Amino acid sequence: MAEANTAPGMMTPLGHGAGTNEHDASRRDFIFIAAGAAGAIGAAAVVWPLIDQMNPAGDARALATIEFDLAKLELGQEVRFTWQGKPVFARRRTPEEITKSEQTALSALKDKLSRNQGLPASADASDANRVPVGPDGKPKPEFIVLVGTCTHLGCVPVFGQGDFGGWFCPCHGSHYDTAGRIRIGPAPANLEVPKLAFVTDSVVRIG
Amino acid sequence: MSGPSNYQPGSAFEKWLDTRLPIIRLGYDSIVDFPTPKNLNYWYTFGGILTFCLAVQIVTGIVLAMHYVASAQPFIEGSNISQAFASVQRIQRDVSYGWLIQSLHTVGASMFFIAVYIHMFRGLYYGSYKAPREILWAIGVVIFLLMMATAFMGYVLPWGQMSFHGAAVITNLIGAFPVVGDALRTWIWGDFAVSNATLNRFFSLHYLMPFVIAAMVGMHIWALHVPGNNNPTGVEVKSKADTVPFHPFYTVKDAFALALFMILFAAFVFFMPDALGHPDNYIPANALSTPTHIVPEWYFLPFYAILRAIPDKLGGVIAMFGSIMVLFALPWLDTSRVKSMRYRPLARQFFLLFVVACLTLGYVGAQPAEGLFLIIAQIATAYYFLFFLAILPILGIVERPGNAPASISEAVLKPGAARPAHAAAE
Ligand code: HEM
Ligand code: FES
Repeated sequence: MAEANTAPGMMTPLGHGAGTNEHDASRRDFIFIAAGAAGAIGAAAVVWPLIDQMNPAGDARALATIEFDLAKLELGQEVRFTWQGKPVFARRRTPEEITKSEQTALSALKDKLSRNQGLPASADASDANRVPVGPDGKPKPEFIVLVGTCTHLGCVPVFGQGDFGGWFCPCHGSHYDTAGRIRIGPAPANLEVPKLAFVTDSVVRIG
Repeated sequence: MSGPSNYQPGSAFEKWLDTRLPIIRLGYDSIVDFPTPKNLNYWYTFGGILTFCLAVQIVTGIVLAMHYVASAQPFIEGSNISQAFASVQRIQRDVSYGWLIQSLHTVGASMFFIAVYIHMFRGLYYGSYKAPREILWAIGVVIFLLMMATAFMGYVLPWGQMSFHGAAVITNLIGAFPVVGDALRTWIWGDFAVSNATLNRFFSLHYLMPFVIAAMVGMHIWALHVPGNNNPTGVEVKSKADTVPFHPFYTVKDAFALALFMILFAAFVFFMPDALGHPDNYIPANALSTPTHIVPEWYFLPFYAILRAIPDKLGGVIAMFGSIMVLFALPWLDTSRVKSMRYRPLARQFFLLFVVACLTLGYVGAQPAEGLFLIIAQIATAYYFLFFLAILPILGIVERPGNAPASISEAVLKPGAARPAHAAAE
């Protein structure tokens, strides 16, 4: 950049020479890039709110937890309710079901991960890792609480059908056992176990 | 639009307008004096029929939107019936002529798809996707995608059992994508499941999309009027003798075909308005139980069959989207220099088999995805992709085409003369 040309008050006569043009060009390049960058950042700043407004709003996010009293369940009974718009199954299992589920070898499972939001992602899908843990820190195998959304394409499975005594998804034929673990069918993963915390001996908070 | 304009402004007003906004000239050049191949058959009337269908959906849709309530909230405290469901019932029972307008819109969606499928198979058979009409074809595929999105979101609006769980299944497809899948799905739902927020945005977009489609139709026709129509011989127009003016020849032909189409349309509207729909959608949406047999509307069945034919979740989703994306590549996949399958003895047979495969996919899409149905779906899916990715590319090289006529006039004046010997069956 030629020093002289930038001196204030020094007007270059029209068509003065190559140096002037080069100088103007680099100044214009800078203005062009600066304006373009400011425009791009401004556009991004406007576009982001337009995109983010579609995410769950504050009121939807506020409905994050719900409480349920497990003592209300009779032996073998399943109760369904919604949590964050998703179906939840709470069920009291029979002793035979518990034994059978506990004895299921991990190698017999299609998905070997616990899919329990209360456990680390790497925990295995043993029965003990699927059932709620009581206030005393011990698993409560007589209960099972699951998000009732088929991990295939989101239908709601029904209880008491299928080959494993648990849930069956009629949409594309996924069979889950009494611990909500996928055994056969197109679903890739076990039914999700929501994060559970006991507020009293029997009332559990979901979420 | 292409070639010199023959418009002669008549009145002083027309002259005045023509030098300011030549809109009459545009209309004259596009639909009155437009030179059109003189051998277009009835398969070529579906473009006009489709324009009519779009107009019907927009007019009836705007009226429906005056009465429809996009809310999943209970319509009476404690009821399991939503305001959306109740408002559609009210349209059908209480709003003056609501039964007619609602039925026109629902049946109209099906008629729209009947017409678009015929229109697309027509293009496939006569090689209308080939140079110089690749862009025209690609715009058509875009319109088809937009139509599918519009119809899918429209079907969610009555908030019945099929609306709700259909929406759940389709939006869950998005969850199959690695890494971003979950976040994207929540973003589309606007909640942690299909919900009131989902219904509201679907209504907003369902209202918008048909106008986007209308704009794309404008581009489609623009891209048509630059090279002009293809025709059943696939031989390009060579001289003025090959053409007739669009009006009155094709305005009348299109109008006649449209009248027949409207008879079919009216038969459904007045005598069997629900025949093409699913009875489960008259059950109010219930998030806690899925209908035992969940199927999409008939016009999505072939794609649903492809989705379920692949045993892997992500694989199924990719195959389903791929089955439409492959259409974009079609102009470059088909290597034959002969356009019309009239003069392609082998391609014609593979094409017929392709139509059968599509119909088969439609049939198995409505059946449970197990046992024999699953195997049939897999074979038909394999053929669907082989047709585009292997058969058309290879045939263009190995097939010996019959003799296409030298010009459209020759084909019209001496029918049969230019036919290949083994094309007698056509
Ligand atoms: C490409 C054009 C369109 C297609 C394919 C289409 C398709 C559909 C379908 C399949 C339904 C469900 C019908 C039912 O099950 O009863 C529907 C509903 C609806 N559509 Fe459209 N539609 C289109 C254009 C429009 C337009 C332009 C509007 C408004 C401006 C509109 C407004 C509505 C409303 C309010 C409903 C809910 C009421 C009802 O279910 O009858 N649609 N649409
Ligand atoms: S949604 Fe459950 S098997 Fe497909």
